[in-house]
Amino acid sequence: MADLMAKGEEPEVLFWVGCAGSFDDRYKRVTIAFVKILNKLGIKFAVLGTEEGCTGDPARRAGNDFLFQMQALTNIQVLNGYNVKKIVTACPHCFNTIKNEYPKLGGSYEVIHHSTFLQQLINEGRIKLQGGGEFRGKRITFHDSCYLGRANNIYEAPREVLAALDADLVEMKRSRRNGLCCGAGGSQMFKEAEPGDKEINVERTEEALATGATTIAVACPFCMTMLTDGVKNKNRETEVNVYDLAELIDKSLGNGR
Amino acid sequence: MPGAAIKTVNPLTMNYLSQVFFLICLVAAGYFLYQRIRFIIRNIKLGKSEDRNDQPVRRFSRMALFALGQKTMFDKPIVGVMHFIIYLGFVIINIEILEIILDGLLGTHRLFAPYLGGLYPVLISFFELLAVGVIVTCVIFLIRRNGLRLRRFWAYEMTRWPRADANLILVLEILLMVAFLTWNAADGVLRSRGVGQYAMSNGGPFLFSQFLAPLFEGWSAGALIIYERFAWWFHIIGILGFSIYVTYSKHLHIALAFPNSYYARLEPKGEFRNMPVVTNEVKSMLGIPADPVPETAAQVNTETTGRAPDRFGAKDVNDLTWKNLMDAYTCTQCGRCTEACPANITGKILSPRKIMMDTRQRMEDAGHSLDKGGPGLEDGKGLLDDYITREELLACTTCNACVEVCPVSINPLDIIMDLRRYMIMEESKAPAAWNGMFSNIENNMAPWKFSPADRFNWADKLKESNEA
Repeated sequence: MADLMAKGEEPEVLFWVGCAGSFDDRYKRVTIAFVKILNKLGIKFAVLGTEEGCTGDPARRAGNDFLFQMQALTNIQVLNGYNVKKIVTACPHCFNTIKNEYPKLGGSYEVIHHSTFLQQLINEGRIKLQGGGEFRGKRITFHDSCYLGRANNIYEAPREVLAALDADLVEMKRSRRNGLCCGAGGSQMFKEAEPGDKEINVERTEEALATGATTIAVACPFCMTMLTDGVKNKNRETEVNVYDLAELIDKSLGNGR
Repeated sequence: MPGAAIKTVNPLTMNYLSQVFFLICLVAAGYFLYQRIRFIIRNIKLGKSEDRNDQPVRRFSRMALFALGQKTMFDKPIVGVMHFIIYLGFVIINIEILEIILDGLLGTHRLFAPYLGGLYPVLISFFELLAVGVIVTCVIFLIRRNGLRLRRFWAYEMTRWPRADANLILVLEILLMVAFLTWNAADGVLRSRGVGQYAMSNGGPFLFSQFLAPLFEGWSAGALIIYERFAWWFHIIGILGFSIYVTYSKHLHIALAFPNSYYARLEPKGEFRNMPVVTNEVKSMLGIPADPVPETAAQVNTETTGRAPDRFGAKDVNDLTWKNLMDAYTCTQCGRCTEACPANITGKILSPRKIMMDTRQRMEDAGHSLDKGGPGLEDGKGLLDDYITREELLACTTCNACVEVCPVSINPLDIIMDLRRYMIMEESKAPAAWNGMFSNIENNMAPWKFSPADRFNWADKLKESNEA
């Protein structure tokens, strides 16, 4: 972003990478897949690089509003400093926080989640999956993220993205409004679960596996971790893959072009 | 001789005593109800103020859809329809109450019949249809509650009283409807015999009660009049009693569902309540001019409440908002929230329903204590720990499933989050792993222990993969 600014240029969109997208080995692959899509389509985008910091979502959900607001106000200063207007992110938690919680602290932007962004590109005909990609006819099930679905009523965008793959999309028993959490929300990602009979991610993975899908599509770094672990827990990692929407599109684009 | 019977037993025209007694019942019930409503409103007002009067059109249409239209109830279609039958029965049959009350006060019998003409039997027949629907549905619900042992009706927070409360309401509804139908039936037999005021031209026969007539055929006119009066009194006293009972029961949703869905949060569910007090402190720490944050309607107006400085988060019910407390009174313990809760499904002790039940219990305990001149909320206890444990609060994934499924727009998550905020910000009692996460964010700008300088390193991988 700083480089573009120095050149006096403005990007179409700022890609908010997020902590998982920056540091988590698995989710870095999603970041790269999304960037490859942006590059392929010639979309002028920028990232904040080392100037980006955690949005504060885990702090706020854990009850630490001081820390949340420290992060938020710091990030808002950076974003406003660069006069950012439009933000895309692959993380529903970053998406929710920047879109819904930053405005009250002085940061108002047009924020879209990458599922909606990809859906728009598909609808505009900018992403063309000629003859379908490697997922054509494969059985895919989509896991709704709480912070995309119930929190922000985004249920159809990710499904429309998957529909473009020409895959066999199957729904889990609990989906959309009734989707079951992966178990990581509310900062559960950062601590052990309370005592119970079962891990939530195992419960959810069992449901996903029951659909007979060979691909579990996710749109959130935490869901990615939880379901990947769940699939390993069930010893099914050789036949069943967990992919993010961006990876599925990137892989299909690679074959389609 | 029917004529003789009229002269000896005619409770309808000359019994001023029963009119006076009726008036006393009505006034007494009204007075008790008024006291109960005052008690509940006072308890709800223990909560902090919060303005939720913005966007009236949107709120009104929300109420029409969720309370009047019971939208969420139809997520379970069969139960939704059955519940709707009871709801219709309750609302529509209660139109008849107006006539019953006027009859009681004026000493008349079926006051409206002459005015409504041919419409009257149609109307009463429709009420009877609903009454039969209510009886059938309540019987099914009783079997479902007690026989089928649905998980959500037998969770650990569903102790003896909540279960008895539910059964009592169903049984009472059945009895009231049976009284209504048999009253019409006895009345019909009296009419067909041409007994006094009962002999009106358009007083029946009605759709269902005519089939109950054989039960009463062999009875003498005197016995019939006694039963007719008994059923009439049972029905009206039952309804008055029910209206008072409801205020003690989980059944308050019949009234509170309406304001509760009207005042529901309109923001996206993912948006958590901001804390303007914190904003000002953080701004001064960061050297940003701490201009007063514009207060939107949804924010808690902490400055104008005129209370002692607020705590961060909630330790007790008076730290919550009035809407959180109205939520607690609106809860009818259906358990849809608990059934949808990922923590509860996987065996954790968190149950969103219990959060609501505990909040109400705390309010009521404090309210009763205040009424007796006791310490109220200053009794050394708190909602946190004495009612709701930390283990419950920590198990929440903030997934909003409980909020989404609640048919009457209750938000258990709001309460959970406020209690969490108190734990973390006032007491600094976070699980060690969370403290680690906090310090990572503070020092490394990420919840994990990575150097902020490495944040952009993923781009190196991109270059590699481009070169490859």
